[in-house]
Amino acid sequence: MAFIEGLIQYDFLQKALLTSIIVGIVCGVIGCFIILRGMALMGDAISHAVLPGVAISYALGINFFFGAVFTGVVTAIGIGFVSHNSRIKQDTSIGIMFTAAFALGVILITVLESSTDLYHILFGNVLAVRPSDVWITLIIGLIVLISVYVFYKELLVTSFDPTMAEVYGLPVRLIHYFLMTLLTMVTVASLQTVGIVLVVAMLITPAATAYLLTDRLSVMIFLSAAIGASASVIGLYFSFTYNLASGATIVLAATALFFVAFLFSQKQGILWKKLNDKKNRHTLQKENI
Amino acid sequence: MVSALVLNDVHVSYHGKSAISGINLKVESGTVLGIIGPNGAGKSTLLKALLKLVSIDKGSIEIFGKTLEENRKRIAYVPQRSEFDWDFPIHVLDTVLMGTYPKIGIFKRPKKKERDLAYECLEKVGMEHFYNRQIGELSGGQQQRVFLARALAQNADLFFLDEPFVGIDIASEETIVDLLKDLRNLGKTVVVVHHDLSKATEYFDELLLLNKHVIHAGKPSEVMHPEIMLKAYERELSFLREAGVN
Ligand SMILES: Nc1ncnc2c1ncn2[C@@H]1O[C@H](COP(=O)(O)OP(=O)(O)OP(=O)(O)O)[C@@H](O)[C@H]1O
Ligand SMILES: [Mg+2]
Repeated sequence: MAFIEGLIQYDFLQKALLTSIIVGIVCGVIGCFIILRGMALMGDAISHAVLPGVAISYALGINFFFGAVFTGVVTAIGIGFVSHNSRIKQDTSIGIMFTAAFALGVILITVLESSTDLYHILFGNVLAVRPSDVWITLIIGLIVLISVYVFYKELLVTSFDPTMAEVYGLPVRLIHYFLMTLLTMVTVASLQTVGIVLVVAMLITPAATAYLLTDRLSVMIFLSAAIGASASVIGLYFSFTYNLASGATIVLAATALFFVAFLFSQKQGILWKKLNDKKNRHTLQKENI
Repeated sequence: MVSALVLNDVHVSYHGKSAISGINLKVESGTVLGIIGPNGAGKSTLLKALLKLVSIDKGSIEIFGKTLEENRKRIAYVPQRSEFDWDFPIHVLDTVLMGTYPKIGIFKRPKKKERDLAYECLEKVGMEHFYNRQIGELSGGQQQRVFLARALAQNADLFFLDEPFVGIDIASEETIVDLLKDLRNLGKTVVVVHHDLSKATEYFDELLLLNKHVIHAGKPSEVMHPEIMLKAYERELSFLREAGVN
């Protein structure tokens, strides 16, 4: 297969594969908490909010990681501030803040005439990953996985029952912003693989797929990571073989996996339910006879 | 002995509109207290004020003679059932295990000791056979028992339950009432927001009749007096009269 040969032959393809697998895993893990807390829109918001940070970083000649995390976190805090201090609901506040940040980013990129290729930031270009990017992705991946491991208990209780968490004295808001920071870091790590526009799919689709397959959070996290990584590999294969944008192929691979689970999962799958209904009806009929 | 709860002239408002005002109350340890009153009387608000889930405008609250902060690990709160996401991917045993989190502390994980405790608490509410069910796959009464088990696993001294008997079967209701009385006999204090007036006398040692203010607090036989009840439920009654009910 050309893909395997390419992997052995080309250094850039190895880097691309490694980064996208890490991104698939980390997005899958954080995505579980994002969907269980009903924060899918927040994931989309943060991914757009990193754009001005990326532009400023390029202008200053620093790695885009720093600027992106900065504007991502500032936007998350801004969203929280507006919704806590007025009658504006969270989703409205998200809509206001992230579009503003994104618009600012578009202007900054144009004005600063940075060498940044807007198209690549928006849609990803995993085949152009530099060694320093691989390192950043790896470090972010480790930070995120260790944080989730260490604070699993706290993330679980604040996701499931924030009131109980508050009553026994957990800093619920701080944990929220901590999760937002992790989310921003994951988004930044995903920029090159899938791009700003499609990051949210990597956060949500594998997690949602896993959600259909299990009813234990710990299992869901592992499944989601595995699904995310698989989507990355499959997507990269199609991207390389047919010369397509990596972000798009990876996301479609994740979507395909989702629909397989949607149709066949034992717990909630549509087809499975239909089959079961039929079986039950048959047994009922037999019993009636 | 120091009282479990002492409230002094407590006022709470939402966006400038008063919800409860001038609440004075004293609850001794080893009491099952029922809070009753019509819809919107401020029962849930009072619980939330006790737990600092809403801030109080005026007045003071003492828990075991100290502040809430010094007592957080001695308190278990069972919110109304409507507050949960019942599709959450969590099993019954893991839900109860959550009750052990406050005392485990940050950075650590529940071990066998905690799992055993959680299982014992499930046995107390008679739900051990359901330990690996997803929580949404239970009846309302079973769900309420699981959350009581979680509160038991907290090993608290003070229990707050908001409308635990709404929409549950009679067997579960009896199990829960018996357990609350067991807790009381162990010297624990239990505060229950309650809707159904008919059982109030059987279930509680003390009653607080609330309608924005304290209408009456004391022994159930005393509070369940028609004249006193009328003061709290006046509006409901006049509504019934207008509707032609006698
Ligand atoms: N978050 C809130 N924001 C604004 N007003 C509120 C809020 N929560 C409660 N209120 C108001 O405060 C008053 C007391 O409400 P509360 O929920 O404490 O009553 P309750 O006695 O628990 O009623 P119920 O029996 O219906 O549960 C009501 O008038 C209610 O409309
Ligand atoms: Mg209420």
